[in-house]
Amino acid sequence: MAGSITTNNLSATFGEVRAIEGISIEIIANKVTALIGPSGCGKSTFLRCLNRMHELVPGAGTTGEVIWDGRNIYAPDVDATDVRRGIGMVFQKPNPFPLMSIADNVSAGLRLAGSKRNKSAMEEAVERSLRLAALWDEVKNKLHKPGGSLSGGQQQRLCIARALAVEPDVILMDEPCSALDPASTQKIEDTMDKLKDNYTIVIVTHNMQQAGRVSDFTGFLLTQESGEPGRLIEYGPTSKIFTMPDHKETENYITGRFG
Amino acid sequence: MNNGFNRRRRNAISGLAYLLCVLATIIALIPLMLILFYVISQGAPALNLDFLTQLPKPVGETGGGMGNAIVGSLMLIGIAAVVGLPLGVLAGTYLAEFRSPRLSWTVRLLADILSGVPSIIIGVFVYTLLVLTMKHFSALAGGVALAILMLPTVARTTEEMLRMVPDTLREASLALGIPRWRTIVSIIIKTAGGGIITGIMLALARIAGETAPLLFTALSSRTWPTGLDKPVASLPVQIYTYAISPYEDWHQQAWAGSLVLVIMVLLLSVGSKLYFGRKMRSVR
Repeated sequence: MAGSITTNNLSATFGEVRAIEGISIEIIANKVTALIGPSGCGKSTFLRCLNRMHELVPGAGTTGEVIWDGRNIYAPDVDATDVRRGIGMVFQKPNPFPLMSIADNVSAGLRLAGSKRNKSAMEEAVERSLRLAALWDEVKNKLHKPGGSLSGGQQQRLCIARALAVEPDVILMDEPCSALDPASTQKIEDTMDKLKDNYTIVIVTHNMQQAGRVSDFTGFLLTQESGEPGRLIEYGPTSKIFTMPDHKETENYITGRFG
Repeated sequence: MNNGFNRRRRNAISGLAYLLCVLATIIALIPLMLILFYVISQGAPALNLDFLTQLPKPVGETGGGMGNAIVGSLMLIGIAAVVGLPLGVLAGTYLAEFRSPRLSWTVRLLADILSGVPSIIIGVFVYTLLVLTMKHFSALAGGVALAILMLPTVARTTEEMLRMVPDTLREASLALGIPRWRTIVSIIIKTAGGGIITGIMLALARIAGETAPLLFTALSSRTWPTGLDKPVASLPVQIYTYAISPYEDWHQQAWAGSLVLVIMVLLLSVGSKLYFGRKMRSVR
C-alpha cells in the first residue's frame, strides 16, 4: 500500500555520533503512528530519515533501509526530491514563506516543483488543502495577505495545508503542537483525525496525552545509556502500549516516572 | 555605605564614557558635514542645465559642461554592473548554499584580500589585461576594472544575506519536494532579495566615485561616448583633470561635477536604505 513505510535496521549518524541504531518498524497506512520518548532519544532524527531530510545536515549519514511504495528510498537511483513529494513534513515551529501570501504559501509546492496547472486548478488545490487543514473559513477572505500575518496556530495549519497541497501519501509531523496553545493544539488534532482517511501520519510528540488521543500505534524510543544511540524499545497499538506495555522502561516513561 | 560610593563612582564613569562617545560621534561627523557644505556652496553656483547637457568647451571659452562625463560614468557603472553583478551574486550564492568547507574558505579569503587591494592596482591589472592587448583605452576596460572592484563586496554581501535566511525555510521548501536549485532561486534568494539589492546599490555607489582604476583604462575624452571600445569620460576623472588645472572656470566646473557625483552617490545609498527599510517591514 502506498502509505505504508517499513524500516529495516535503520541507523543514523551525525558525523561520529550515533543518533539512532537498528530501528525496524512497519508504519501502517492510513493510521496515525506516534513516536514518543525522552528528549534526545532520536525520535526526530528517525522521523527525518523517513523522507531523507536527515541527510541535509552536514556530516549526517544513514544505513539500513526505508521501504516506501515498494522500493528503498535510499537506493542510489531514487531521487530525494521524489521521496519528499510523496512523504511530506510539518515542522516543530510554523515556517510559512515570509514573502508569500497565504494562497501562494499553499500552492508553493505545486508551483515550484514543476507541476503545470492552470489558474483555476491551482485555486481549487488551495481551497481543498485549506479546507482539509481546517483553515479555509478563517482565511478565505484574505488569501492574498502574507502568511506571516496569521497567528501561530493558524500558521501551523497553513503549513499543514501547504504540505497537503502536493498530495503526499504520508505526512510526518515533528512535534507540530509544541509551540501552540491548547485551543490550536485541539484544532490540529481534529485535523489529524480527519486526514487519517486519506493519509498516513507519523507524529513525534513529547506530550503523552496527545499520543494517547491521536494515535493508533505508538513507538517508544529510548537512549538506554548516555552516549548510546536511541533504540526502539517497543512498538504496537497505542491502546496496548499505554495500558499493558511489555517493557518496564515503557511503563516507567508512560506513567511519568522519568523523561 | 561603601556601596553608595561605588554607585557614585560607577555612575560618574558611565557618564564620562557616554560623553566621550557623543563627542567622538560629533567629531566623526564634522568632516562629512564640512564636505557636504563645501561641495554644495562651491558647486551649486556653477550647476545649471548646460552643465548637465553640454560638452566641455575648450580652454578660454566660458560655459560648456560635463554632459559627456555624466553619460560616461553611467556607462561605466552599467558595464561594471553587467559584468560584476552576475559573477558576484552567483559567487555569493555558492559560498552560502554549497558549503564545501575548504573551497569556500579559500574563496572567502581571496574575496577579502581582493576587497583590500588598492584600486589603482586593479587599474594597472586591467591595463595589462585589456588595454595593452586591445591596443587602446576603452570604456570596456574601465567597466571591467570597476566590476573587479565591486566583485568582492557583492559576493560577500550576497553570502551574508543568504545566510540570514533561516534554515527552517530551506527545510520547508525541500520537504515539499521542491528541487534544490528551485529552493535557492525562488525561496532563498527571493527572501534575501532586499538585502542583496541594498548591497548591490552600495557597491555601485562606491565604484561611482572611483578615479584611480579609470586613469589607466577608460582614460578620458572630450566628446560624447562613441563606443565600448573607445576611451570615455567619467565624472571622477573629469573632476580630477579640472581640479588640477590652472584655470579658474575649470575649478568652478570641478566643484559642480563633485556636487553631481555626491548627489548620485547619495541617491544610491539613501535609496538603498529606504528600499531595505520597506522590504524589512514587509517581511515582518
